[in-house]
Amino acid sequence: MNYTLWIILTGCLVGVTCGMSGVLLMLKKMSMIADAISHTVLLGIVGAFFVSQSLNGLPMLIGAAVVGLATAFFVESLHRSGIQSDAAIGVVFTSLFALGVVLISFIGDQVHLDTKHALMGEIAFVPWDTLQIKGESYGPVAVWMLGTVLVLNLILIAVFYKEIKISTFDPQYAKLIGVPVAFVHYLLMGMVSLSTVASFDSVGAILVVAMLIVPGATAYLLTDRFITLLLISGVVGILSAMIGYGAAVYWNVSIAGAMASATGLLFLAAFLFSPKHGWLMKKAKQRRLAANS
Amino acid sequence: MDAITVSGMTVVYDKQPALENVSFSIPEGSLTGVIGPNGAGKSTLIKAALQLIPVRSGTVEVFDQPYKNQKQLIGYVPQRSEVDWDFPTNALDIVLMGRYRQIGWFKRANNKDIKWARACLEKVGMEGFAKRQISQLSGGQQQRVFLARALAQDASIYFMDEPFAGVDAATEKAIIQLMKNWKRQGKTVLVVHHDLSTVEDYFDHVLLLNKRPVDCGPTQSVFTIDNLEKTYGGSIAFLQKTTPAGGR
Repeated sequence: MNYTLWIILTGCLVGVTCGMSGVLLMLKKMSMIADAISHTVLLGIVGAFFVSQSLNGLPMLIGAAVVGLATAFFVESLHRSGIQSDAAIGVVFTSLFALGVVLISFIGDQVHLDTKHALMGEIAFVPWDTLQIKGESYGPVAVWMLGTVLVLNLILIAVFYKEIKISTFDPQYAKLIGVPVAFVHYLLMGMVSLSTVASFDSVGAILVVAMLIVPGATAYLLTDRFITLLLISGVVGILSAMIGYGAAVYWNVSIAGAMASATGLLFLAAFLFSPKHGWLMKKAKQRRLAANS
Repeated sequence: MDAITVSGMTVVYDKQPALENVSFSIPEGSLTGVIGPNGAGKSTLIKAALQLIPVRSGTVEVFDQPYKNQKQLIGYVPQRSEVDWDFPTNALDIVLMGRYRQIGWFKRANNKDIKWARACLEKVGMEGFAKRQISQLSGGQQQRVFLARALAQDASIYFMDEPFAGVDAATEKAIIQLMKNWKRQGKTVLVVHHDLSTVEDYFDHVLLLNKRPVDCGPTQSVFTIDNLEKTYGGSIAFLQKTTPAGGR
């Protein structure tokens, strides 16, 4: 497989993995926790580096999952103790992220991990960092990580589909009828953390938020069914990656930036032209109603 | 036998007590209205009894057993305004949620569950709306979907939070019908209610509450002008106009 295809595949995997886990957060009205987790996983990555002395996939995934869950837990605890939830998110994510930034400076020149890279990512480097087993190269590490997280997410969504649905729609009722609501909540947080860290190298901490939130918001305008919402969200993620890559090559601009911009354009298109909830349809309907009365 | 026994329940919101040392018991097979002014803690009482919110102190027993061992006997109809009706799903799906315990972990609803859920929709007059997106239902229809979900649970004790709030006449009728059927089947029903004029028609038991319980027992002996005065404070002139029990 050549360089271009690896990049497109990586982008598509980022799109579908983030799109499908992010939309679940959106339904819980917790989109901004994606913003928080996407930043605090930096601390998890740096922490994993201190422990394992490498930027290998597995310690990074574990570190990110731990810090991601801790973020969700701290936000929840602060909120319970009476602090507004948006303020709680702001406090937790800036402090943990800042700690990550400080710790990064200790790593210095040892490895390729700096603040700019962490924030923006660099998908163009992804194909060079390949998985090496006994001198053989098996494709980019990022693709393996994203693939693993995607499969894991899909399995968890399939297994806990019913539980996720009930506890998102009506958490109190879910608790009453025996759904493990807290478990499902942290399961979702874990999925988002893993998706974020797997996407980190490619698109960085800021743009990954676009991939987590925008495809879900776009899909929400296009369907009224839960399963379709998940699927469309994944597809929008993939389309964004493809369109973004095309645009980036054509205009010679940042690939990750173009991909994130593409999510915004797709959202705008859905916002205007969605057959059910689009702005144009609403206008047309209003005009019909006005004409009839 | 008492279906529900609540002892010493205290709930505090932001240092303000919402419920203070509430104790009462509800006999099995009764249809009980929880009555009190706004802010009396009626909904809080239900949520505290079902352990959906943190409580400062208090215990709940269901058929003389601790609540946590008896959860499977409890059905619940929350206030309609507590969920997001823009959630992407249809009426049948919501009703199927009531079958969660029967369906179990990891498994999907089978034909029997779906048939059951459809039958529940039919009982509340919503059989034509099974596949309707929930945001496209009227307020009354949404309430009936919640009733059908509670029906689908096939519980022994039902808690209902303001089921009559803002519903149309057809829904009101469906709720009354449902409560009567439950009573006939020997089920126990506890309803948060605020329309005093209908209390005597709907309920055979009444719990009068204003942060503390004022009185609890059969409607005839408890739903009196004296007790209402104690529960509602000064607004008794209004009560006499709307309450048939005014003369007692």
